[in-house]
Amino acid sequence: MSMHLWIIPLLPLTGAAINGLLGKRFPKALVNTIALGFTAAAFAMALWVAAQFAALSPDQIPHIERYATWLSAGQFSAEYGIYLDQLSLVMLLIVTGVGFLIHVYSVGYMAHEGGYYRYFAYLNIFMFFMLTLVLANNYLLMFVGWEGVGLASYLLIGFWFLKKSAADAGKKAFITNRVGDFGFLIALFLLIKHFGTLQYDSLWKLVSQHPVEAAGAGLLTAIGLLMLVGATGKSAQIPLYVWLPDAMEGPTPVSALIHAATMVTAGVYMVARSSPIFDRAPDARMAVAVIGTLTAIFAASIGIVQTDIKKVLAYSTISQLGYMFMACGVADYIGGIFHLMTHAFFKGLLFLAAGSIIHGLGGEQDMRHMGGLRKYLPYTFWSMTVATFAIAGLPPFAGFFSKDRILWSAWSSGNHVIWLIGVITAGMTSFYMFRLWFLTFFGEYRGPNPETAGHGHDADAQHADGHGHGAPHESPWVMVVPLMILALLSLVGGWVGVPHSLHGSDHFDAFLAPVFQAASAGTAISEAVPENAGDSTELIFSGISVGLAALGLLLAWYLYYKRPDLPARMAKAAGGIYTLVLDKYKIDELYGAVIIQPLIALSTNVFWKGIDQGLIDRAVDEGAEGALETSDAMRHMQSGNIRSYAGWVAVGATAVIAFMVWRGLR
Amino acid sequence: MVPLSYYLVLSAILFACGVAGFLIKRNIITIFLSIELMLNGVNLSFVAFAAQLNKLEGHIFVFFVMVVAAAEAAVGLAIIIAVFRTRETLNVDRVNLLRL
Repeated sequence: MSMHLWIIPLLPLTGAAINGLLGKRFPKALVNTIALGFTAAAFAMALWVAAQFAALSPDQIPHIERYATWLSAGQFSAEYGIYLDQLSLVMLLIVTGVGFLIHVYSVGYMAHEGGYYRYFAYLNIFMFFMLTLVLANNYLLMFVGWEGVGLASYLLIGFWFLKKSAADAGKKAFITNRVGDFGFLIALFLLIKHFGTLQYDSLWKLVSQHPVEAAGAGLLTAIGLLMLVGATGKSAQIPLYVWLPDAMEGPTPVSALIHAATMVTAGVYMVARSSPIFDRAPDARMAVAVIGTLTAIFAASIGIVQTDIKKVLAYSTISQLGYMFMACGVADYIGGIFHLMTHAFFKGLLFLAAGSIIHGLGGEQDMRHMGGLRKYLPYTFWSMTVATFAIAGLPPFAGFFSKDRILWSAWSSGNHVIWLIGVITAGMTSFYMFRLWFLTFFGEYRGPNPETAGHGHDADAQHADGHGHGAPHESPWVMVVPLMILALLSLVGGWVGVPHSLHGSDHFDAFLAPVFQAASAGTAISEAVPENAGDSTELIFSGISVGLAALGLLLAWYLYYKRPDLPARMAKAAGGIYTLVLDKYKIDELYGAVIIQPLIALSTNVFWKGIDQGLIDRAVDEGAEGALETSDAMRHMQSGNIRSYAGWVAVGATAVIAFMVWRGLR
Repeated sequence: MVPLSYYLVLSAILFACGVAGFLIKRNIITIFLSIELMLNGVNLSFVAFAAQLNKLEGHIFVFFVMVVAAAEAAVGLAIIIAVFRTRETLNVDRVNLLRL
């Protein structure tokens, strides 16, 4: 039975094509209808597919649809096809659902921006590529989506391309991702060379015959590590995370959709999808866990001191992605995907709420100029409160269940150091998020005085940038409704995965388990995972992480509500360390000095001035000059005097005859 | 019988005289005659080879050359007369209107 799954990615592509090619002449209402209509249709179809999927019997899963051969060369061939299992279904619903909500929100947020049709065309094309990525039935088609979302990300980061910082940020994101893609591509080449196929189903059959690789390098370890390189680029992990904070130059809904909820989780999806490989390469998987853990705490520490509201959320995203990698690294792929889902809800919401604040303040992003916004933006306040509690991991919000599951997996798989760092990071997460919450919504408004600033402000009018902006105002309903829906999801989204220790039934685990059970069959993991190993122990660990989150909340309350004078004094006391963290550990400067500057010097002096100018250009110039000089000399032969021509003929003929005579005599 | 090489040497001498005349002389008529001389030098070697090898082709070629030479003489002399009428000279060095 075919579900015609190919329609899903093509719906947003159609929207992108119509808006992109013709949208310039359309009125905004038509652009909205097209962009939102096709996305809503994709979401509706995804829901229909989910209903159909539920009716499939276990032996019909994964549901694979093959449409045509895309390319074939020798033994190798790749096809257009779709692979639907529990994992891609979850991703499909997240991408289309959250994507649709953010489309709706964008209608309000972008209402006064130029290039309106262009924005929605990009957003739709992003949806197309993201759906290709999650639905593909082979790595090569996934790679198309992988590159495509990179393109969409580049276009949208640089949406305000007249601003140099935005254009630069777009380039930075693209080039940094290119480094990661290189690793991913090599991994694919290795797969082709050694297994001859990139189709998931046939590849898993071949990989499952491969023994688990013990300590030391092996083929699967190499492939896993290279895939990790690809994932660090797309999912902003150490060492390739540097592009994500800069990507905040893009419009805020883009930050929410691409740089928080969906695209950056592609790396996590890829690692989870490749679980048969990682399960047989424990060293590569451990590298995933280590990278994720380090990224989590590293980014969280930077997030603590940032003052730009979007930058805090950007580092928070990097940190939360680190959690997902941590989960995958300790073989709890379900936990990783669970956190991916809850994170999509609450981080998408955080960004949208931050966008609502920025919108309401006429473009202000510095939290030092906010404060007391609770009474100006009540809906935004309440939805952001839900998201903040969710990301801080306080029960019963969504983030609690997913984060707790990851931490418990880290501990129960024996990686106690990873657990410790994870728990500390959880406390830091809670601290910086409540810091943001208190700085933004509590205390006194520290922006321009609303009583004296330009008045006559119409509550319905929307301002995208500061032009005589009056008092902070709540956003229009088209922005508030998505906030509320996401707030609801951030509240209840975790309830699908209530662990057994809390007397839940953990539907999410049961739903996704078949994907990874089949994958890990025959490896140590399938036996090692302790089923409900000590419910009480698990509860104690939950208590520890909740306690730390509460501690973070209290600390933030004390420092940023009760004694707002303290942070500045503490910063002064910390001195150099504070500055170092504020400058993001000077990693950008380090990359600049170690990689970029030498690269520019090498390109300038060797490739540009040496090879291009010295060799290639010079060869062309010298060739032309040589031809000119030769012809200048030869010009005199062309005298126009018939008899001199005849003389040359005679000389030539004599030379030929002499040569032949000489040959004959020899 | 006269050996072949004698004919060939005479033919070469005639041809060389023709070339030399063509290169040295300035009068168009003389140059024209030099060309005829070269043609006849070649004709001589044709018939010499034809006689030596008992082949008919050499003779046929000679007739072709004679026909071409006759046509050339008719056209060439007409051109020479036309040139002389307009330029009032037969010196080739002064017939140089097409030169840059």
